[in-house]
Amino acid sequence: MMLLIQYTLIFASVLVLVALGGCISEHSGVINLGLEGIMVIGALGGALMMKYLPAGSSAFVTIVLTVLMAILAGVIYSSLLAVSCINFKADQTIVGTALNMLGVAAATVIVKAINSAENPDNPSSEISYIAQKKAFLVNINGFEFNWFMVLAVLALILVAVMLYKTRFGLRLMACGEHPQAAASVGISVYKMRWAGVLLSGALGGLGGLVYITAGVSQWKFENGVAGFGFLSLAVMIFGQWKPKHIAWAAVLFGMFRALSNVYSGFPFLARMNIPSGVYNMLPYIISLVVLAFTSKHSRAPKAEGIPYDKGSR
Amino acid sequence: MKNKTPLLKRDGVQSLIASLICVILGVFIGYIVLLVINPAGAGKAILAVLKNFFFYPAGPARMKYFGSTLVKTAPLIMCSLSILFAYKVGLFNIGVAGQYVAGVGACLYGALAFHWPWWLCMLFAMAAGALLGGISGFLKAYANVNEVISGIMLNWISLYLVNILLTNVKEPTSPYTFKVLSTSPGSVMPNLGLNKLFGNNQYVTLGVPLSILIAIAIYIILERTQFGYELRATGNNKNAAKYAGMKEKRNIIVTLIIGGALAGMGAALLYLTGIEEWSCSQSSVPGMGFNGIAAAFLGCLNPIGAILSSFFIQHITNGGGYLDKTLYSAQISDLISAIIIYLCGFVLFFKTYMNRRGAKREDTRFAPEPKAEEKKPSDAESEKGGGAK
Repeated sequence: MMLLIQYTLIFASVLVLVALGGCISEHSGVINLGLEGIMVIGALGGALMMKYLPAGSSAFVTIVLTVLMAILAGVIYSSLLAVSCINFKADQTIVGTALNMLGVAAATVIVKAINSAENPDNPSSEISYIAQKKAFLVNINGFEFNWFMVLAVLALILVAVMLYKTRFGLRLMACGEHPQAAASVGISVYKMRWAGVLLSGALGGLGGLVYITAGVSQWKFENGVAGFGFLSLAVMIFGQWKPKHIAWAAVLFGMFRALSNVYSGFPFLARMNIPSGVYNMLPYIISLVVLAFTSKHSRAPKAEGIPYDKGSR
Repeated sequence: MKNKTPLLKRDGVQSLIASLICVILGVFIGYIVLLVINPAGAGKAILAVLKNFFFYPAGPARMKYFGSTLVKTAPLIMCSLSILFAYKVGLFNIGVAGQYVAGVGACLYGALAFHWPWWLCMLFAMAAGALLGGISGFLKAYANVNEVISGIMLNWISLYLVNILLTNVKEPTSPYTFKVLSTSPGSVMPNLGLNKLFGNNQYVTLGVPLSILIAIAIYIILERTQFGYELRATGNNKNAAKYAGMKEKRNIIVTLIIGGALAGMGAALLYLTGIEEWSCSQSSVPGMGFNGIAAAFLGCLNPIGAILSSFFIQHITNGGGYLDKTLYSAQISDLISAIIIYLCGFVLFFKTYMNRRGAKREDTRFAPEPKAEEKKPSDAESEKGGGAK
């Protein structure tokens, strides 16, 4: 039971972070389908930081540097999406898909190059960070508390306040609802959309780092992040683009994901003998059903996915 | 050049140039990455990627590996056809990856569990893909669910479903399914003697010519039939099509059903040759569908272009296998294809830019033809792998 709660919370942290990233980006008017790729690159940044930190670094330094590196990697990578979709009006779906493929391919190439440069007999795409990972964990009576859970809650509060209570957040959302109207009162739509995409890159990159440190101590970058970026999109839609709802959706979906890992620990679930695939599948099925019933009155930002053109009113 | 439209302003020519630019830039960036990893072998490595089966001296070996590339090109052509067909109707069928997976599940289950003949397995695969496409289409038409979102959800749902389904027909000790060749020889596609042509490569079957025929059929449907015209009209302006009496909801659903069937058939064309098995512990949606997106856009959304671009993408993907593994990883090919799709996002910009330049030239009364004539052959020459058209 403890294990289920632990996994649920850590998976929910990943989903909250990445879904909030997607939420900010979409509120600014850019659909960020590349979250999966951004997560991989963020995870890569964090993992490399852990790898190259000197062994004796204190826990605090490790946490701060690793998190910053993951965020930085995510931001830089997401600028690829921003420049093409905002400045060059590229199709957001194509670019997002490209970023997902590019993220996994680039991470694999980089890690393999590093590994085989260190040791020519090791052409794997794996980075391990067993010792460094301990900095993130605090063991409370068998429950592995993870500092990332705090970060996720903080991010949730910050994003909710930012979107609804600050001038910046309200302006950002205006750019996703009606960019022409926003521009007419002097808001720079391009700048706001850039901010939205870069913030989603930061949160996505951080989410990627959290994902690869959840439960495991080494990561094979060939595998990407196994659909968590897409699952986060599902969380965001299920949460109707609102931070508070996203949090509940993340906990629910995180629980399904956790169940697929630990269901054999529950006698009544193990007896039912449901393959783990079913638990993995459920979040997607639920979102699809919810979408089918709610999309007529969708709360999605009105102008998302449409490149903003100064000339068209 | 009696045509009134200047060469550079014709849509086909512009698309071709844009695609070539994407390919050249993609390969160039790949080369730079190789240089960064290890400057010494980079030149040789990028040539290995571009050469692929030309690695072997002329003869049966070269033909054999040419054949292997073709076998994997067939499903890619089908996936890119699925994308471009839907795109003409204004739909982004990102669910192609899931429809492909559903096709894999259906054809392998038909072959391994029921020992059906190959054509029945293939129809089953098409039906499975069509069903998924149909769900996306229905949700789009009647519940206003964006086909991209429903497609992504269905991709994962079908991945897990197929994993569960095919667990029934997998080897007890490994995650892989039984081999089609030994378990159900009747389900393997006939090779029509094509294997003799390709250095006795037993995997070269009917699938390769079939995919090309389908591409031509799709071209004819889109360009030469009333049905295709209606679909394109729906894509250009949904409301205008509705006003003109076309059933736009039906068209959306039918399009995605056809798209799904194409993707499912692509899966059958690969898996019914027995060239590979499905791993039931697969945790991510296979890249074939996503590569199809790359091929569709690189091929300028033209079915004939899709044949060539699919071949090119598969060519460099297989070429990655010839890299010196101690220096570079084979994923460099994936990297190049990903960069190419990323650049395809800029095609619209390239085109606007070319149009604007063309317009400027007309203002100053320059004849654009001679310049354009120079430009085209030089572009065509610098690209050896055969990018598009």
